[in-house]
Amino acid sequence: MSKTPEKLPGDPKTTGHSWDGLEEFDNPMPRWWLWTFYVTIIWGVIYTIMYPAWPLVQSATAGVTGWSSRGEVQEEMVSFEEANAPWNAKLVETPLEQISSDAELQQYAVNAGGAVFRTWCAQCHGSGAQGAPGFPNLLDDAWLWGGTLEDIEFTIAHGIRNEESDDARYSEMPAFGEILEKEEIAQVVQYVMSLTNAQSDDAAAQAGKVVFEDNCAACHGEDGTGDVFQGAPNLTDAIWLYGGSEEALTETVTYSRFGVMPAWENRLTDAQIRAVTAYVHQLGGGQ
Amino acid sequence: MAILDKHKILETNATLLLVFSFLVVTIGGIVQIAPLFYLENTIEKVEGMRPYTPLEMAGREIYIREGCYVCHSQMIRPMRDEVERYGHYSLAAESMYDHPFQWGSKRTGPDLARVGGRYSDQWHVDHLRDPQSVVPESVMPKYGFLEHRKIDGKYIADIMKANAVVGTPYTEEMLANAQADFRAQADPDSDYDGLLERYGDKVSVRNFDGQPELTEADAMVAYLQMLGTLVDFSTFTPDASR
Repeated sequence: MSKTPEKLPGDPKTTGHSWDGLEEFDNPMPRWWLWTFYVTIIWGVIYTIMYPAWPLVQSATAGVTGWSSRGEVQEEMVSFEEANAPWNAKLVETPLEQISSDAELQQYAVNAGGAVFRTWCAQCHGSGAQGAPGFPNLLDDAWLWGGTLEDIEFTIAHGIRNEESDDARYSEMPAFGEILEKEEIAQVVQYVMSLTNAQSDDAAAQAGKVVFEDNCAACHGEDGTGDVFQGAPNLTDAIWLYGGSEEALTETVTYSRFGVMPAWENRLTDAQIRAVTAYVHQLGGGQ
Repeated sequence: MAILDKHKILETNATLLLVFSFLVVTIGGIVQIAPLFYLENTIEKVEGMRPYTPLEMAGREIYIREGCYVCHSQMIRPMRDEVERYGHYSLAAESMYDHPFQWGSKRTGPDLARVGGRYSDQWHVDHLRDPQSVVPESVMPKYGFLEHRKIDGKYIADIMKANAVVGTPYTEEMLANAQADFRAQADPDSDYDGLLERYGDKVSVRNFDGQPELTEADAMVAYLQMLGTLVDFSTFTPDASR
């Protein structure tokens, strides 16, 4: 059995409890701890006076600083808007085709437009604008609805085949599965493949040429080079939005396609639309 | 220091300590939570909010079933980076018919509070089927099976009734026509006048997944495409001091 240590003179008082002979010194709290504790109480009182805190009958106390999270974000938005305002104003005033002749403005437009693109456009068109099956590549020279600055701006503002904008670009390819025989579809697919020198059945392609002229040429042109006024793709450039294989083409002809792009006129400002127009135009394919 | 001496009574009596601890927590809870029920500025009044249509409600149930909330939040915080990326910060009123709400606090994927109308239906179908086909850097799993699971809305009225019990203002008429409205919304060739009459002209009626059958993908895309689109921010300016 260990011996209970003797109390030394100068030891602090004990708490008074004794558990089986075990006693506990009653040391005071460390002073630094105690003062920190008091400071947090004072800080808490000041905080509730300065900032929104106490619920009352109708509303909560607003705090003498008038701070609110909504006010803060609005202030921040406004400060950035003001900083960019001269550039945005210039961007809206300058005719689209003259933006690139002002090097500084073009740099602003491309940087701002790149940020807009990565936020709003990249999910469909790819972070590098390379596109994805069904969503056009914006780096190449092929443009469904035209690749001039005006064309691109109009497409971004109003979108394609959507329900939001009355001015959305619109055209609808018929589903030829309901119009043509399976054999005719197979023939026209062979003909379309022959346009890009893909391996195709010559005899079927010859028969398909007639089917093409009767059914497809009105939109895609006699020579198959398409029509940007109707968003009818060029079929001779070997650039395929939905795939150029026999299988993919048969599906396209049979069921048709109906690519939709949202309208951005209500989501983005004019300056943002013009900036992203400049950005897309300079990626490589702009006309 | 008389009161501090009394404190000893609590420290030496476990039952009393329990009772008084509970009392302290209760007061704290009441002060924090109760005012939210009566303060007028908790939920500001906004125009355009409506209950989910039956098809959207089914999409919401699938969203919850698949655990989408584990990676996607539905609340845009009032911070500049969020507002620039996702759009106007979320208002409390925008989740007034969400039982349970899907605010969330973890984002492996982006916030979806305003995903409605941002992409085409085809994008959503492609993206659910194979997310990497449209967003190569995505880590989202594939949900292509939704396209193959046919649904008929047989029990959708029950789900709506459960929501009505907790406060969503579904009318008798809405509940009675639930299954018909459910089918009409995904079929533009159907007679959907009743649906628009009950839920408003802004309801989108489309074949959302592009397939002839009515599937879970239809419900899911219908739900995603209406998220955050109900309040028209061109005519509504929230009070910045709230």
